Amino acid sequence: MAAMTLYDKLVTSHEVARIDDEHILLYVDLHIMNEYTSPQAFSGLAARGRSVLRPGQQMAVVDHVIPTHATPAASRIIEDPASSRQARNLKRNCDEQGIALFDTTDPLQGIEHVIAPEHGMILPGMVVLCGDSHTTTYGALGALGFGIGTSEVEHILATQTLVYRVARNMRIRIDGALPAGVSAKDLVIYVVYRLGAQGARGYAVEYCGSAIDALSAEARMTLCNMTVEAGARAALIAPDDTTCRYVQAHAPQLKGTDLERAREHWRTLYSDADASFDVEHVFDAALIAPFVTWGTSPDQAMPVTGTVPDPDAEPDTLTRMALRKALDYIGLQPGTPIAGVPIDRVFIGSCTNGRIEDLRVVAAMVRGRRVAPGVRAMVVPGSGAVRAQAEAEGIATQLIEAGFEWRQPGCSMCLAMNDDVLRPGERCASTTNRNFEGRQGRGGLTHLMSPAMAAAAAVSGRIVDARTLEQVA
Amino acid sequence: MNTFSIIKGIAAPLPLSNLDTDQIMPKQFLRIIDKAGLDQGLLYDLRFDEAGSPRDDFVLNQPAYANTSILVAGPNFGCGSSREHAVWGLQQYGIRAVIAPSFGEIFFFNALNNGLLLVALPAHQVDALLQCVAQSVGREIEIDVMAGQVRAAESWQATFELSARHRQMFAQGQDMVGASLQQLDEIAQYEARHWARYPWMKDVAQRVRARLDATT
Repeated sequence: MAAMTLYDKLVTSHEVARIDDEHILLYVDLHIMNEYTSPQAFSGLAARGRSVLRPGQQMAVVDHVIPTHATPAASRIIEDPASSRQARNLKRNCDEQGIALFDTTDPLQGIEHVIAPEHGMILPGMVVLCGDSHTTTYGALGALGFGIGTSEVEHILATQTLVYRVARNMRIRIDGALPAGVSAKDLVIYVVYRLGAQGARGYAVEYCGSAIDALSAEARMTLCNMTVEAGARAALIAPDDTTCRYVQAHAPQLKGTDLERAREHWRTLYSDADASFDVEHVFDAALIAPFVTWGTSPDQAMPVTGTVPDPDAEPDTLTRMALRKALDYIGLQPGTPIAGVPIDRVFIGSCTNGRIEDLRVVAAMVRGRRVAPGVRAMVVPGSGAVRAQAEAEGIATQLIEAGFEWRQPGCSMCLAMNDDVLRPGERCASTTNRNFEGRQGRGGLTHLMSPAMAAAAAVSGRIVDARTLEQVA
Repeated sequence: MNTFSIIKGIAAPLPLSNLDTDQIMPKQFLRIIDKAGLDQGLLYDLRFDEAGSPRDDFVLNQPAYANTSILVAGPNFGCGSSREHAVWGLQQYGIRAVIAPSFGEIFFFNALNNGLLLVALPAHQVDALLQCVAQSVGREIEIDVMAGQVRAAESWQATFELSARHRQMFAQGQDMVGASLQQLDEIAQYEARHWARYPWMKDVAQRVRARLDATT
């Protein structure tokens, strides 16, 4: 048999039928839904008298619109009438079709991409789709995950398959050790910066190399999650001992013979030694510094030691216009050092950085310090389980004592569909994934960075190199 | 879905790179369970100022482009969020085609699944077309879907690729779900093989939820 990449293996093992030279009918092991990209799919089914083919392979959660005020989870209500209607609509659809739901008052509610792995729904070798672009997260566990639109949500509900155009293969090798104070978030912002916002468009990206081997399962989720900001169709990491340990700890339903057979299967999930990739990149982990975005696209980033670029130095006309537009929006002058830029808000959370390891890093950074005067800093855990864990570890108390708001889980100010919104002109150090114009609120100014960097910004009142802060302490 | 082979109309220049779906359809218009009213949200922050008044300097607000049905845009148009609301909003506003050097991957399929034509042309041709549609003589252009041609003023012309599948979707319209439902037998046969090999993948959501319900 011809040598195959990991991506080829995942696609081939899920091919129900070939449609034409480019497209296949792809089987979906798990389909995840939220309250805002699924309603029209359910209505579309109902309009044609169709039903859900495999309810047991669907999971749904209210996460995008849910408020994150510190009221107890059990009494959480959505006051905004339109958002409340979306949540009620999702519950009705799930009840009617027998679909597992993590509803508004469920203590286990959280962000879809946080709760699915933490409860053992994501297993290596699966295909997992969701009407949300950050579904690429699941590649961290050796599952093929990617985002889809609402028409495709409807297609999966009815057929448990997707009409899928097979992507090309890209491999990114990152060897060496990440320097102290440099995390998976810095790594992925660096990758997006190097590839550009469409550098991986049309590709399934497989990460490998000693720097990737050294990452925890959660750190790998951060990496795969945000690879979509380079346009990637999917991001993958071959399962190893780290993966197996994580999955077994989170999926206790997998036991006995099933577990043995599953482990045997996971060992086959790698790219063959002579498999060919359409494109390969090699980066050196040792050269990566804490990265921060300065503009309005996730690839407009630089090391925290850098200065804001000058559009006039850009030869390409469209790119020059884009740089000018970005600087005009973000309110920074060319040549300004990014370290030292004052901030008004800090947001820690999201499907990129709302997991327990992220919160541990934040707690360690703020120990013995306080949120700077005039800064409003929010921590929104990725799920009810993450929140409970952080409370059990004393992290919540530490954060509250340091002046952070300790909130209930949800997507929150990552995309500001709920009432967590930046006001015009507010500058925010954010652990999220997109710094688009208006993403966190009209006129809001977003700088993407790691949890350590956001925590350092919170206690400093400005963007700082978190590594220097650690030395001072 | 509408079927058509020729799209002819006013084209507006939107020379922005990486115009993401957050900007095409901002968050405040996503709190719906149907598809209504998305024409109002289209490109909201670009079309309207903070007070909600139309921005005179934005191309779609200029009288000459009042009846725009085609957008000519920069690379990676529609990148970012998977929200299909961006496509619905473009269509409700009256946009039938977008011409750009490249498109965000999820947006690309969302558009085609709704019959919004996306034409990818090389950057230098998009640049030429941007110049063309910015002038009064070039505003009206014609896209021949079946022939794969874009035609503008003064015999400017470019050819584009469209997969056979998508060409057919435009020619005949297609109930994508209905077509795949014809393959339910094949899907069931696949499932039997798949679950025999990987039984732990079957009904994973239901099984996990049952486990969680039993322990909480």
